[in-house]
Amino acid sequence: MTDVIDKPKQDGPDLKVVGTRPVRPDGVDKVTGRAAFGADYRLPGMLTGRILRSPHPHARIVSIDTTKAKALAGVKAVVTAADFPDLDSEEYEAGESAADIRDLSLNVMARHKVLYDGHAVAAVAATSASVAEEALGLIEVVYEVLPHVTDVVEAMSPTAPLLHEGMITQGVTPPPTRPSNIAKRFASQRGDLEAGFAAAEVVIEDSFTTQAVHQGYIEPHACVATMTEDGQSVVWSSSQGQFMVRTYCAKLLGLEVADVRVIPAEIGGGFGGKTTVYLEPVALALSRISGAPVKLVMSRDEVFRATGPTSGTAITVKIGATRDGRFTAAQVELKYQAGAFPGSPAGAAVMTALACYDLENFSIIGWDVVTNTPKVAAYRAPGAPMVAFAVEGVIDELARNLGIDPIAIRELNGVRDGMKASYGPTFRNIGFQETLQAAREHPHYSAPLAPGEGRGVAAGFWFNVGGESTAALHLNEDGSAVVVTGSPDIGGSRASMAMMAAEVLGVGADRVRPVVADTASIGFSMLTGGSRTTFATGMAVTQAAQKVVESLKARAAMTWETGAEHVAWENGQAICLDPAKDVKALSLAELAANAARTGGPISAEVSLNAQGAGPGFGVHICDVAIDRETGHVAITRYTAVQDVGRAIHPAYVEGQIQGGAAQGIGWALNEEYVFGDDGRMQNSGFLDYRMPVASDLPMIEAVMVEVPNPRHPFGAKGVGEVPIVPPLAAVANAVRGALGFRMAHLPLSPPKVRAALDRSG
Amino acid sequence: MSQLQYYAPGSVEDAVKALGAGGRAMSGGTDLLVQLRAGRLPPGPIVDLKNVAGTQGIRQENGGWIIGAATPAALLGEHAGLVAAWPGVVEGAGLIGSTQIQNRASLAGNLCNASPAADSVPALIAARATCIVAGPGGRREVPVQAIVTGVGKTSLGPGEFVLEIRLPPRPPRAADAYLRAIPRTEMDIAVAGAGADIVLDEAGVCQDVRVVLGAVAPTAVIVAGASAALVGFRLDEAALERLDSAAQVVCRPISDKRGTVEYRTRIAGVLARRAVAIAWERAEKRA
Repeated sequence: MTDVIDKPKQDGPDLKVVGTRPVRPDGVDKVTGRAAFGADYRLPGMLTGRILRSPHPHARIVSIDTTKAKALAGVKAVVTAADFPDLDSEEYEAGESAADIRDLSLNVMARHKVLYDGHAVAAVAATSASVAEEALGLIEVVYEVLPHVTDVVEAMSPTAPLLHEGMITQGVTPPPTRPSNIAKRFASQRGDLEAGFAAAEVVIEDSFTTQAVHQGYIEPHACVATMTEDGQSVVWSSSQGQFMVRTYCAKLLGLEVADVRVIPAEIGGGFGGKTTVYLEPVALALSRISGAPVKLVMSRDEVFRATGPTSGTAITVKIGATRDGRFTAAQVELKYQAGAFPGSPAGAAVMTALACYDLENFSIIGWDVVTNTPKVAAYRAPGAPMVAFAVEGVIDELARNLGIDPIAIRELNGVRDGMKASYGPTFRNIGFQETLQAAREHPHYSAPLAPGEGRGVAAGFWFNVGGESTAALHLNEDGSAVVVTGSPDIGGSRASMAMMAAEVLGVGADRVRPVVADTASIGFSMLTGGSRTTFATGMAVTQAAQKVVESLKARAAMTWETGAEHVAWENGQAICLDPAKDVKALSLAELAANAARTGGPISAEVSLNAQGAGPGFGVHICDVAIDRETGHVAITRYTAVQDVGRAIHPAYVEGQIQGGAAQGIGWALNEEYVFGDDGRMQNSGFLDYRMPVASDLPMIEAVMVEVPNPRHPFGAKGVGEVPIVPPLAAVANAVRGALGFRMAHLPLSPPKVRAALDRSG
Repeated sequence: MSQLQYYAPGSVEDAVKALGAGGRAMSGGTDLLVQLRAGRLPPGPIVDLKNVAGTQGIRQENGGWIIGAATPAALLGEHAGLVAAWPGVVEGAGLIGSTQIQNRASLAGNLCNASPAADSVPALIAARATCIVAGPGGRREVPVQAIVTGVGKTSLGPGEFVLEIRLPPRPPRAADAYLRAIPRTEMDIAVAGAGADIVLDEAGVCQDVRVVLGAVAPTAVIVAGASAALVGFRLDEAALERLDSAAQVVCRPISDKRGTVEYRTRIAGVLARRAVAIAWERAEKRA
């Protein structure tokens, strides 16, 4: 479907490439299996590494004896935390959220204490996988097992086992005197809550829980790393940001940034989960000792136990409204599981909780809570889907209670241009109302339901960000071009980069080859995350292409012996506007071929810090049919409507919308981390960690609403994260419609639905 | 899985010898290799039975069916005659793993892996299928339900392996069915399963029935009260309600990440009812 060429949009600028659907530049490599992912790299003399992981969710490390492992024939290096610098706390900004370097170091390799089942305690590099496996068994770790806590609410209890003995809650005045598992309190408020609720004619309050879920990228973490005697280091790895990997490796190992070069592998999915490091510093530490390249590849079990996931949550929402459906006040309290170290997305959840709505009076409190579970990582719109599940669920109840159409109540209360967002700024060029209208007018919304089916509607918001990006454009001698960025392509951004460059140059997208370069070959770029790449890196690409066009115009002027102001660039060629000259237009290819005689190679590099990313809104409509005997929920129809600014490559935008919806549906229906009483994860594989399979989903219809973002040269807004925000609530609201009562605790798996039906009589 | 000894004998005698020497039987390998790789089984010699004479193919003999032990499950679904005679057995085989897995996975492997949740086993037991077991003492024929004795345990002695699975001839107005419950729609493992085989008389009254449940006890269990619930009756809601209760009575499930005791028990009754209703309808069409 991606080889269909659409006509350019009639309502926007006259665009020839942007808005079409060319074949993806990385497509052939991927469908033929040639694409090289993290685990595909091998070097001469390379060793195989393995990581020893804690079997306990919480224990003190009394001692680690590696003597026997080191003595095993074929073992070339064994490392523990003692082989890494013992770092001080330092906040470091490297992606969607800040990381504390000390916590990151302790997560990569446990020191003194293990904090979750699967926490790395040692690693070996050996001449073969079997020797490495055997060596792991020879490492003697003495643990003093401690009581553990995995649930976020239990972890907040004053009697819960303490993960970090000195942790004092931030954001509370005066600061508490006793340590707890509560890392931070977030608060956001406006107006007079009491007066707001007093003005309400209907108040709905409910409490919700969601379980920890994993990003579920198909490619496990993998890397090859090598360090020479003089500290020169090279890492090949799959991540959302080679510069992020470089920074973290340098910090964690005490290296100069200039001594670390990171070469990005093709990435098999990230969804936020590859915005941090787990293996790369360990592989470098093993290489430092062994003097040989070291490869580390996680198993799926390790991916589940030691990477990701996102937070399990407990959320209470109370909203008041007048009889005609106008919201008068809202109160939200959310508790987010951070895992072993502080840093749940509770802060983002506080900011997004009520971002869709115009509210005079509200209070939102968020809690970031550590638990004996893997440290959470970013997951697609981090923090937003869970709080949307709760808020949109209460709005659904309000609409039912008041007899108001669920889209109408959102149109009545939804934000518009010029309103001050609940999280601070004033909205400009947003498309929430347009998105609601498109959902209301979609045939799905008025289609009749079969008996017993239910329909749910939910909205969602995500900020989208800009940030630092670099792009280079090199014109080749035949008039083709290479566009180089430092942004890993996790959602089709390479195609968009080529298209935006082609649009400016006035050539076809197939004349521009996009490349994702290593840290030594392009200027700094923040990682791919926050739905920033097509917006921010795309802006750098566009500006680089514009610089190249300026150079081409100057060269044409030089050729024609006229001023550059007399040259226009149209359809990939320079046109002379000087009435005194009778010359033919010069094509891009002609100018490129003549570059040596007009000043040398034609290329441009642009580094910028992009501002003005446009927030995104989505509205999803979901139909479900429930087998009341087995409790099985079938999604029978699903429509996802979203303001995308302007779709650069519409097929990829649709793919992002469908993928986000699919992940959200999985989160709603079956996905969850299951911990045993022993604090160990019970379902660390794709059989029992149930992501949706293709047959679980209907065709998800993606509807793009285009309210362009004037801060981007082609109107683009971030699109990758918004679509995972509404589905949890859309599914739950549909189940509410089918069952006649609300299920407020995810996942809505068959045993839970059947049990709820049995309870309801 | 560092070093692997692998044997692929061509004759029953060589296979018996290799298994007697401590080898592990493998046909499709879709369970065994995964378990070895995950470290759930210690490495050991593997005896691949796919080349052993008689372990491949589907044939009819004296009105019944003989299925070679290592025959890929995918072939069952492509065999029109078998699908017509034993749709329930084929349904069970068609739910093992995924389409790709079924290109390798076999009925005997699914049986001898001895998982309580094996999808092909309830329908085989309901069908009164038997196994031809080859071993140092020659060959013996045993009912399928006598093979699995517990989770991961079988009654096969040293050197023994399943050579064939046999299905009896079909009387008229007889049909079977298999259903399972999973949280998803595919690529999953049964939370509960139910196989049903039914024979009707000319008046559409149940003459004979066997219902077998999977994943609700350490081994597949025969619903003892099924005959009392259904034989001598026509298909109606009351009969199915009696069967539902009879099915729940024999359940001895565990609560785990895949389902609770209560859920598995209730769902077993539901599946038994639905499987019988499907088999009944199929049998009526054969009148």
